[in-house]
Amino acid sequence: MVEYFIAFVVGGLICVVGQLLMDIFKLTPAHVTSSFVVAGAALDGFGLYDKLIQFAGAGATVPITSFGHSLLHGAMAEAEEHGFIGIAMGIFQLTSAGISSAILFGFIVAVLFKPKG
Amino acid sequence: MGKNELSPEQQAYKEKIKPLQPTPPYFVNCLKAFLIGGLICAIGQGITNFYITFFNFTEKTAGNPTVATLILVASLLTGIGVYDKLGQFAGAGSIVPVTGFANAVTSAALEHKSEGLVLGVATNLFKLAGAVIVFGAVAAYIIGMIRYLFQMVL
Amino acid sequence: MKLTGKQTWTYSKPLYINATGTAVGPEEAAGPLGETYDITFGDLHCGQENWELAERHLMEQAIDACMKNAGKTPDEMDLFLSGDLINQTIIANYTARKNQIPYLGMFGACSTSMETLALASALIDGDFANTVLTAVSSHNATAERQFRYPTEYGGQKPDTATYTVTGAGASIISSKPSPYQIKMATIGRVLDLGITDPFDMGSAMAPAAADTIATHFEDTGRSPSDYDLIVTGDLSAVGSPILLELLREKNYDLSSNHQDCGLLVYRPDQPVFAGGSGCACSAVVTYGHLLKEMKEGKLKRIFVIATGALMNPMMVQQKETIPTIAHGVVIEVADGGGV
Repeated sequence: MVEYFIAFVVGGLICVVGQLLMDIFKLTPAHVTSSFVVAGAALDGFGLYDKLIQFAGAGATVPITSFGHSLLHGAMAEAEEHGFIGIAMGIFQLTSAGISSAILFGFIVAVLFKPKG
Repeated sequence: MGKNELSPEQQAYKEKIKPLQPTPPYFVNCLKAFLIGGLICAIGQGITNFYITFFNFTEKTAGNPTVATLILVASLLTGIGVYDKLGQFAGAGSIVPVTGFANAVTSAALEHKSEGLVLGVATNLFKLAGAVIVFGAVAAYIIGMIRYLFQMVL
Repeated sequence: MKLTGKQTWTYSKPLYINATGTAVGPEEAAGPLGETYDITFGDLHCGQENWELAERHLMEQAIDACMKNAGKTPDEMDLFLSGDLINQTIIANYTARKNQIPYLGMFGACSTSMETLALASALIDGDFANTVLTAVSSHNATAERQFRYPTEYGGQKPDTATYTVTGAGASIISSKPSPYQIKMATIGRVLDLGITDPFDMGSAMAPAAADTIATHFEDTGRSPSDYDLIVTGDLSAVGSPILLELLREKNYDLSSNHQDCGLLVYRPDQPVFAGGSGCACSAVVTYGHLLKEMKEGKLKRIFVIATGALMNPMMVQQKETIPTIAHGVVIEVADGGGV
């Protein structure tokens, strides 16, 4: 039960940061999410994001910051094997599930439904 | 920024209307974002545990099916017209989780359905969510290069 | 001389609103003025395939209702003045393709309602037409997808945002007497007080409305008390107090007889943020509710100022400030009832 509570609190706090960026600095949602992805990649650059995931579980993997972390992780894993070229090869390796399912489900929903307004 | 500098008259107007304008309810907005954002993450934790328990995923690999499941749910909620109402209530609480990414993809695709499957749905699918992928890939690329260089040097 | 002062037109012929027609969507029908519209739709799609067709249907329905109320047909019209908010004013263009009346497309954003009314009157006064049909429309979903986000996107709007009215208003103007006479119009200039927030149209447009109203008083020598009602188009709960403050500084007190169509069209408990907006906002309230009030003798002389924000999303993204405009038209109960 503790892991649910930690996921709730950490995930919630990351969202609060986003809310403050929107309300106080008047950032658009696109600016907030883009910044968060860059922040996630940067934190992973210093090896910090893995520690957050270990602590918070889904509280760190569900926010969009984890997308930046996964992009970098994939790139670094391939770079171990193939050097510089590996960065290009691996960048979308771990995020493939997220992106491809977003494309698939987004497409199917668009075909099946009608905007409600 | 040169062209956007405000004239003294515009500056004065901005000052004058400040007391007449409503301020965003900062605390309430943050509380709502916290509750809904936290709830989505807690549900994500439940999905992760489900995949670990029943499908032999490890804590490391369960992230992928969890994200995909949340995306499926968010896409459906967008299709039936619920996610936009959730978004008005929760703000960043439903934008920052990966479900917000799915909503951005699905809502753009759905809105452009009237222009056809190719030029409408497919072309506009990443109209809003594309920024996240672009900035994520560019940042990961640059940070990856730097880290790789450091590893070589050390 | 028909030009009075700097920006006001005083029509020399007696000109009348012969008939009006209004069509609205579900949220408006559920509003406090729901009874005053000719046609209401329970569904935002108005039975159509997509949002743009829905808006076109609204405009066509409003025109049909107007024709019916006047007992006229489109081929009796000399001119069709029309506009809307969508790129290249396609709703008006495609409606004009159908009704085959000689057509002038108008764009003044949400001020288009009074722009068409003022110009229709001027063209009749100048003998260029006998009978003119005007129509404007706006639709919540077409406006959302063009100016903001896809309708199903989960963004959060601030309390300063407005809710675009889904509806259309049409009117027939001629010198044939009716209870409603058009006396004057004041044409606004474009003002920009440096607002950049596209979710705060009220603050952006209030100075334009204040300028047009103050100019109208200077041009005509009238004062606020000469009007039973001075009604703005879509300043909403944010722009209205700013307007009153700006006019108070110029020594005009509107606190007792000012109202805003954006606040009249919805109940406060409807999910419409600061109030209604859009071309149709001022049109459906004026053509439905306000003319009814005049017919019942509750109002004798009103000044309707429709306000418009003349930006598009590209300009907002290029960090440009928002230019705004306001046009006002004076409508009076005709002498001796006009009949």
